[in-house]
Amino acid sequence: MAKVTLKGLSHSYLKTQSSDADWAIREVDIDWNDGGAYALLGPSGCGKTTLLNIISGLITPTKGDILFDDKVISGLNPVERNIAQIFQFPVIYDTMTVYDNLAFPLRNRKIPEEEIKVKVHEIAEMLELSSTLNNRASGLTADGKQKISLGRGLVRSDVNAIMFDEPLTVIDPHLKWILRSKLKELHQKINRTMIYVTHDQTEALTFADQVVVMHEGQIVQTGTPVDLFEKPKHTFVGYFIGSPGMNVLPCQIKGNDVIVNGKKIETHQQIKKSNFNKTEVGVRPEFISFSNEGIPVKVLSVSNTGRHKIVDTESETGKIKIIAKSNEDIPSGSAFLKFKKEYTYTYGDSWIIE
Amino acid sequence: MNKTVNQKAWFFVIPVFVLVAFNAIIPLMTVVNYAFQETFGNNVFMWEGTRWFKQIMLSERFHASLGRQFLFTFIILFIQIPLGIAIALTMPKEGIGVPVCLVLMSMPLLIPWNVVGAMWNIFALPDIGFLGHSLNALGFDYNFTQQIGDAWFTTILMDVWHWTSLVVLLSYAGLRSIQPAYYQAAEIDGASRWAIFTKIELPKMKKVLTIAILLRFMDSFMIYTEPFVLTGGGPGNATAFLSIDLVKMALGQFDLGPAAAMSLIYFFIVLLVCWVFYTLMMRNEEKS
Repeated sequence: MAKVTLKGLSHSYLKTQSSDADWAIREVDIDWNDGGAYALLGPSGCGKTTLLNIISGLITPTKGDILFDDKVISGLNPVERNIAQIFQFPVIYDTMTVYDNLAFPLRNRKIPEEEIKVKVHEIAEMLELSSTLNNRASGLTADGKQKISLGRGLVRSDVNAIMFDEPLTVIDPHLKWILRSKLKELHQKINRTMIYVTHDQTEALTFADQVVVMHEGQIVQTGTPVDLFEKPKHTFVGYFIGSPGMNVLPCQIKGNDVIVNGKKIETHQQIKKSNFNKTEVGVRPEFISFSNEGIPVKVLSVSNTGRHKIVDTESETGKIKIIAKSNEDIPSGSAFLKFKKEYTYTYGDSWIIE
Repeated sequence: MNKTVNQKAWFFVIPVFVLVAFNAIIPLMTVVNYAFQETFGNNVFMWEGTRWFKQIMLSERFHASLGRQFLFTFIILFIQIPLGIAIALTMPKEGIGVPVCLVLMSMPLLIPWNVVGAMWNIFALPDIGFLGHSLNALGFDYNFTQQIGDAWFTTILMDVWHWTSLVVLLSYAGLRSIQPAYYQAAEIDGASRWAIFTKIELPKMKKVLTIAILLRFMDSFMIYTEPFVLTGGGPGNATAFLSIDLVKMALGQFDLGPAAAMSLIYFFIVLLVCWVFYTLMMRNEEKS
């Protein structure tokens, strides 16, 4: 169990780097507390797996330091770091039984056989694998195999952190939520630092206390699921999280006023500076309502999801999506929109203006 | 689903049937024909029943060549399979070394068999061959044309040189198909290099190794050209493997009936060994 700290971490797969795009990870700083559940969220290719492999020691970073409990461990190999990692697809040792698979990491560490037996049975119990302990591991279903991978990480009681690299990718949808709640439950039971990498916002938001959103090798925001939803610090977080994502509209800033489509709107922040190349207003579909005055739009289509209606509208400078209650009457043709002030933010060059 | 019945489809099978008939079925049936009859030419045949089979099965000459054949095959499998795996493990995994190694490895496989035989014959000649001359210069009394041990040594060395590459290429393909996550997981689990080899690499290579062993078994069991050119089966009958002995009987002595019976027995031995081996290797696959 350990506190994980990353300091000024950068990594490039190239020998020489000429531009920002050559870096898989740029200047990442993270502080993760002992025993927390964290998620690294981002689209494919954003560097989250690279970051995970750097923490586990499978990749050596180009720059920066990794600290476990304030001790620099950058030069250590995965065994010395004493971490566990669960991969995208189940990694099992085909020729061994489930029991031997779970015992493997302990046997490699020369732990006495009686101790191994106790530990393996305890973990098998936790993962509901007890009945299959003597079966050959290769005969199990994908979720059973993934449980073994997980079990191999859990049998060592002294691991500093457990990392998950999109562990539910190959699992059937109906089993996904079972395994996910299992993970959550395990985290509460064993109270170890867990780091979960995924591109699936539902997985990240349900699993983690703190979610780190990555975009093009950089951390764009770290926060609780509620923070990410209610106050996205970067337009990317706005449209990556939420379904549908945040509406982002170009705006002009004149003095202290924010102008969208020629109309002055109220936003959460007080605007003090305006020297940006690009300024935008972001507001989630949940926080827009129809009104008698405001931004003029044309209603294009309405789709009913059952729980609510998603309305597509078009304004002068772009499409705006609105989530309305399922029993709400939707005006047809022209309409006006009102943004909820507390949840409307102004962004300068994609970052929130503080 | 209902299948459409269309008898005209049989016409599509005819070309393949004709080809297979000419290159396999008809020759085989001719052999079967000879195996049960005696002929003195002019297409006159007399029924002999199982006489040739009994004769072959009881013949000491057949036992001796079969014994030599098994010994040879076991020795080369015993050398080539571990050696092939070992070379595949040490081959580079990326960079310019990969194509270089692959091309170098495939070279022996591309040389015609009789050329291999001729090459090694000259290479091993005790007076002027590089290998033969060097060994003698080093103080070994080496002469593959006269000494049985030297003849075997040279034949085996030649086969190892010619065919280990096949095992290497197959093993290499098997190794390259292992997902990196297996190695990463093993690293995290603290597995030793030996454990990685026995618990990950060998099981993952099982299928290609089965193919490699089968191919090497069949090819070495049917070996003809190379030892024929190298030693001609000699000295005496020391390296007269089954096929060399068979050709001697059929074309040298013109004993067509016994030779045909021997061919069939030979064929069934290959078939039986392959079947038993394959079934054993794949038995566990089906269970899981």
